[in-house]
Amino acid sequence: MKALIPTAAVLAVLAAVPLVVHSNVTLNFLVVALMIALAGQGWNILGGYGGQYSFGHAAFFGTGAYVTAILQVRYGINAWIGFAAGIAAGAALGAALGALTFRSGLRGSYFALVTLAFAEVLRIIASVAPITGAGVGTLISLNLGIRTLQFQSRAAFYWIILALVGVSLVTAQLIERSRFGIWLIAVRENEDAAKALGVNVNGVKLAAMVISAAIAAAAGCFYAQYFLFVDSGIAYGTWISIQALLTPIIGGVGTVFGPLLGALVVKALGEAAKLLAGDAPGLDLIIYGAVLVLVIWFTPRGLIGGFTQMRKVLMRRSGPAAPSTGKARHG
Amino acid sequence: MLSPTILIPAVLNGLLIGAIYALVALGLTLIYGVLHIINFAHGALLSAALFAAFFAFRLLGLDPYVAVVLLAPLFFALGYGLQRFIIGPASHGDERNMLLVTLGIAVIIENTLLYAFHADTRTIDVPYAFRTIDIGSTFLAVSRVVGFVAAFAVALALWLIMTFTDTGRAIRAVAKEKLGAELAGIDVAHVYAVTFGLGTACVAIAACLLIPSYYVNPTVGDAFVLVAFTIVVLGGMGSVPGALIGALLIGVAESLSGLFLGESLGQIGIFLIFIAVLLVRPNGLFGARA
Repeated sequence: MKALIPTAAVLAVLAAVPLVVHSNVTLNFLVVALMIALAGQGWNILGGYGGQYSFGHAAFFGTGAYVTAILQVRYGINAWIGFAAGIAAGAALGAALGALTFRSGLRGSYFALVTLAFAEVLRIIASVAPITGAGVGTLISLNLGIRTLQFQSRAAFYWIILALVGVSLVTAQLIERSRFGIWLIAVRENEDAAKALGVNVNGVKLAAMVISAAIAAAAGCFYAQYFLFVDSGIAYGTWISIQALLTPIIGGVGTVFGPLLGALVVKALGEAAKLLAGDAPGLDLIIYGAVLVLVIWFTPRGLIGGFTQMRKVLMRRSGPAAPSTGKARHG
Repeated sequence: MLSPTILIPAVLNGLLIGAIYALVALGLTLIYGVLHIINFAHGALLSAALFAAFFAFRLLGLDPYVAVVLLAPLFFALGYGLQRFIIGPASHGDERNMLLVTLGIAVIIENTLLYAFHADTRTIDVPYAFRTIDIGSTFLAVSRVVGFVAAFAVALALWLIMTFTDTGRAIRAVAKEKLGAELAGIDVAHVYAVTFGLGTACVAIAACLLIPSYYVNPTVGDAFVLVAFTIVVLGGMGSVPGALIGALLIGVAESLSGLFLGESLGQIGIFLIFIAVLLVRPNGLFGARA
């Protein structure tokens, strides 16, 4: 329980923001950043702790978004149930994809490739299938209310996405401290050795994929409720696959707070680019690509990794020699 | 429906486009065979090469078949530089980092093209754009036939380089046993960069062969490279003959599924083949076990 105190503190500070800040622009920025942080935390469970780098988390994000939207628009189902169904559908897709890929032993390059291809297949299907509204997309009609999960105030959406991020942070923390988390990290560090020691490698990876997919799908469900519009390019586009992996890598891959920190940095950079050079298409993604390369180059363990490294160096200088920490996570 | 007058041209055209796919796939499989990573920047580099060929024609008045003499070395240098000075140092020798760096480069190139030239689709009109060769009742576009012949010439040239030159021997040595090659005095970083350069030059040649009968926009390379991924996976990662045969198979499969199912579903057909092959036989039809 003691370990959850930092998380609770961070969440409490963030929850107080709308009480102080009333600017819709700022709140909108934070809502989108938290949504990206949520998708990033999803990626982080599988990629950061499990070492399985997915290049197609849009598959889960988009499925969550479409299921939430379609259930409401086409079947008149309550928004809350739609939201939950979206998360469940994302998890189910994760289970199916995980079962197929891990059973045939796809790792590394191949895993990245197959996830990318799945997202792309779904994008093409969504751009022609009638149920998704094909090229036109699906529009959720505006109907404010708690029952429809639509609010006038940005603050309400802010607290909803913050609550979801909170759940994802606690999930990551619980995984980190559990036996399952240790198995997962063992798989990341050396899959063959983990298997030799009796870890059920495929089972562990599959469980991580389901949790990861469910969290990314929740971000997609939230997208649908917040923007009330989904089309194939938004739902299954590369923008979300890229940001889902970018945020944990910038913040600190395989750390609890990495995705949240990374999302704030990524979104701030995107906004800064817009201020400096106008809202030109592609500009924000050029910067994200450059940041991705530079972070891997110079701080391969992200900002959090960089901080701990610096603190260790400082402590070693001032105090007695710190015990060796063994092999670096991504050396 | 299955009359030979429709079927034969569809198969022949599938083979012709398959040869261009083969060139893109050759670059990809070469890089995988040596560096053991999938180059996710391959598609973006193809888009960039198509733009280069487009502007060589528009601004310098160079016919694409002439421009290839300029663009192939240029893109070799670009690929060499990318691997030697960015991908290599940035990824610290970790495979996962390499994947991410090539992905980052792809995002940068693609969006720089989008930023500079917008999403407009452009074409060039060469005098021979609509010229055809008649074989019986089948008409084949001259540009596609040239592409077919040139693709095989490039494959042959690559094979000669790999088999008979010192550079080729060094590349094969590094692909087989990196540490051993290093101990034998081979500069591995240099060989990696040369391989990446050769793969990128393949893309430039493919672009010059494509542009007379195709169009260019910032994301055009994606469609090709997903096809190329399929081919490489089908033929076996790192296998050159596998890439050639896989490319011709996919070209014909695409042409036939386009004929029977329509354009957009034809694309899904390729993906389904791709995913099925990955799941059932991840080492491909001709690949050795990883």
